[in-house]
Amino acid sequence: MSALNIKQGSTSHSAYELRDPHAEIVETHTLAVMVDNEAGVLARVIGLFSGRGYNIDSLTVAEVDHKGHRSRITVVTRGTPGVIEQIKAQLGRLVPVHEVHDLTVEGPAVERELALFKVAGTGDRRVEALRLADIFRANVVDSTLESFVFEITGTVEKIDAFADLMRPLGLVDVARTGVAALSRGI
Amino acid sequence: MQRQMTGARMVVQALKDQGVDVVFGYPGGAVLPIYDEIFQQNDIRHILVRHEQGAVHMAEGYARSTGKPGVVLVTSGPGATNAVTGLTDALMDSIPLVVLTGQVPTFMIGTDGFQEADTVGITRPCTKHNWLVKDTDKLAETLHQAFHIAMAGRPGPVLIDIPKDVQFATGTYAGPKQARVSHYQPKVKGDIEAITKLVELIEQAERPVFYTGGGVINSGPGASQLLRELADGTGFPVTSTLMGLGAYPASGKGWLGMLGMHGLYEANLAMHGCDLMINLGARFDDRITGRIADFSPRSIKAHVDIDPSSINKVVRVDLPIVGDIGHVLEDLLKVWKARGRKVNKDGLAKWWGQIEQWKLKKCLSYKGSTTTIKPQYALERLEALTKGQDRYITTEVGQHQMWAAQFLNFDAPNRWMTSGGLGTMGYGLPASIGVQIAHPEALVVNVAGEASWLMNMQEMGTAVQFRAPVKQFILNNERLGMVRQWQQLLHGERYSQSWSESLPDFVKLAEAFGCKGIRCSDPALLDDAIMEMLAYDGPVIFDCLVEKHENCYPMIPSGKAHNEMLMGDAGVEGAIQAGGAVLV
Repeated sequence: MSALNIKQGSTSHSAYELRDPHAEIVETHTLAVMVDNEAGVLARVIGLFSGRGYNIDSLTVAEVDHKGHRSRITVVTRGTPGVIEQIKAQLGRLVPVHEVHDLTVEGPAVERELALFKVAGTGDRRVEALRLADIFRANVVDSTLESFVFEITGTVEKIDAFADLMRPLGLVDVARTGVAALSRGI
Repeated sequence: MQRQMTGARMVVQALKDQGVDVVFGYPGGAVLPIYDEIFQQNDIRHILVRHEQGAVHMAEGYARSTGKPGVVLVTSGPGATNAVTGLTDALMDSIPLVVLTGQVPTFMIGTDGFQEADTVGITRPCTKHNWLVKDTDKLAETLHQAFHIAMAGRPGPVLIDIPKDVQFATGTYAGPKQARVSHYQPKVKGDIEAITKLVELIEQAERPVFYTGGGVINSGPGASQLLRELADGTGFPVTSTLMGLGAYPASGKGWLGMLGMHGLYEANLAMHGCDLMINLGARFDDRITGRIADFSPRSIKAHVDIDPSSINKVVRVDLPIVGDIGHVLEDLLKVWKARGRKVNKDGLAKWWGQIEQWKLKKCLSYKGSTTTIKPQYALERLEALTKGQDRYITTEVGQHQMWAAQFLNFDAPNRWMTSGGLGTMGYGLPASIGVQIAHPEALVVNVAGEASWLMNMQEMGTAVQFRAPVKQFILNNERLGMVRQWQQLLHGERYSQSWSESLPDFVKLAEAFGCKGIRCSDPALLDDAIMEMLAYDGPVIFDCLVEKHENCYPMIPSGKAHNEMLMGDAGVEGAIQAGGAVLV
């Protein structure tokens, strides 16, 4: 049997062969799921994650092709390599799912998130907030004498960093869209 | 062929166009228009059940014994929620069903109307797919899609929820040929490179075993034929899961018997000791694998399955092949023959020598009795007295189910209907009626335990009404036998709530239903009693009073490996440790 070129514990059609199959390291993956924009499709996807005990770090969904009734769901999830493979396979067998792309392993991808931050304060704290917003290229989309609403776009890490800075300066509310992602190049 | 008609008529027309000959159902307010259409035609037979769960299990029995989808029609609210157990059962065992539910009219949805339930919401996780149709013009297409999706790829139950106003409204009907081609087209051909690799493994293997499952049966009778040709051509041993019994004949020379928790000693040890495991349409269920860490530790594992999510879900495999078993086996045989039908003859001879040693253990032997009917004896006699008949067996869930799998032999696929994945007590009686409706002339026996059987006993009314001469062979130990066995092994013999008190008199019950009752408690009279059951032209409830405290062996205790089987009552003390006790 040893003459055969089959390594135990690896498969030839999965991401396992790219890494140690016995690794139990938890990885974060961004998946793009192309679905029919039909009633209940989001519930189906979410129900799959909750029903099988998978994690959702973020999830965005919107119709991207009105004529073709196609929506794109971008989901950021965590799990061991085996769990990630299972998530993709389970998504793939849902009837309204057309394609599942793992942007984390399929090559370089751009990931962006949009967030709105409401920061309340006066005096120096207000000035500091505005100065930091400028550094982060955040836009002021609403202002009163006691508050700003900043709009910021960037990676999850950038938005996390901005949140950390705003917190001592009077952060009162945050709205985040979750990650949208596309592969780079064609 | 496009025509204007009401939604209700479309339902009946679509069923006809899909070749449906029988529907199992129960009327109610939200499906009255469809029932009105059923009244006005004669092509589709309607079997009136006594409870909607029964309808779904009957459709499962029908589907599994014919290979065609089973069709169910029930009303909204309680009609739909009563169907949920059957849907979950069908999803777990990959049984194709098309379930139609009525719904309150669209303008009332969300108002907590009478008999309103969020049927698509409730059944989303227990169907392969489901739809709420809000527009009569979309109904015909959805109906045709439903049949496609129920049958394509890994089969499963689908559900269409149809509001009452959609049934009354008029729309355009188009036949199946006009329906849009679904993008849902699972791949059926396996990767030829992987198949060739599997042939190379087959040529060299010293200790191979085929581990076959329900997927072979779902793939159709052709797949079972190809499996026989491959197994007999290579001379490899074959074992099967509960769901796969009959795909390879029990009379075949390669047959090892069922594997798993209550599988045969030789089958489990062959799995443990093999160097090449070829999984055909099985899914490494926890009843099969035992402790995963010690599951067949030295084998190369190949896995053929039509569902990519089955691959590497539980056990990591070395050679996955995604495809339909029939197609893959056809290609596999072609390649194997073209390369000269090679196998490792010396290795195989040694392997079979080892297997014959294991068989000497006679793992199914039990202590006979001249005063009490042993359940195993009852099944041995049923087997002997029905041998040679084209016989269909259904079961309930528990000890009797495992004994039936051990002691009854199946030489053809689609003859064995049992609730495997979900383990639904109450499955067998309605399933046997579904089988009998599909095969009116055949012998259909439901091997049951008295506790399971009571769960859906109202369906005897259906059997009598529709003259389905099903034989209810109840192994009555006045206990929840499997629960009692686990309490003995695991919970210090504290038999909490695991006995059946105030049981009905089954013979009188039979008379009350208008069928025949037979009771037997003497092993010497058993043969005559079974013959009487078989000879009777109508439904029979056979109350077979058996040994009350018999345990089902062999048994792989929870959390143990294939080579740690219990063979009998000796040595069971402390057999299951804390780690295993949390498992079910």
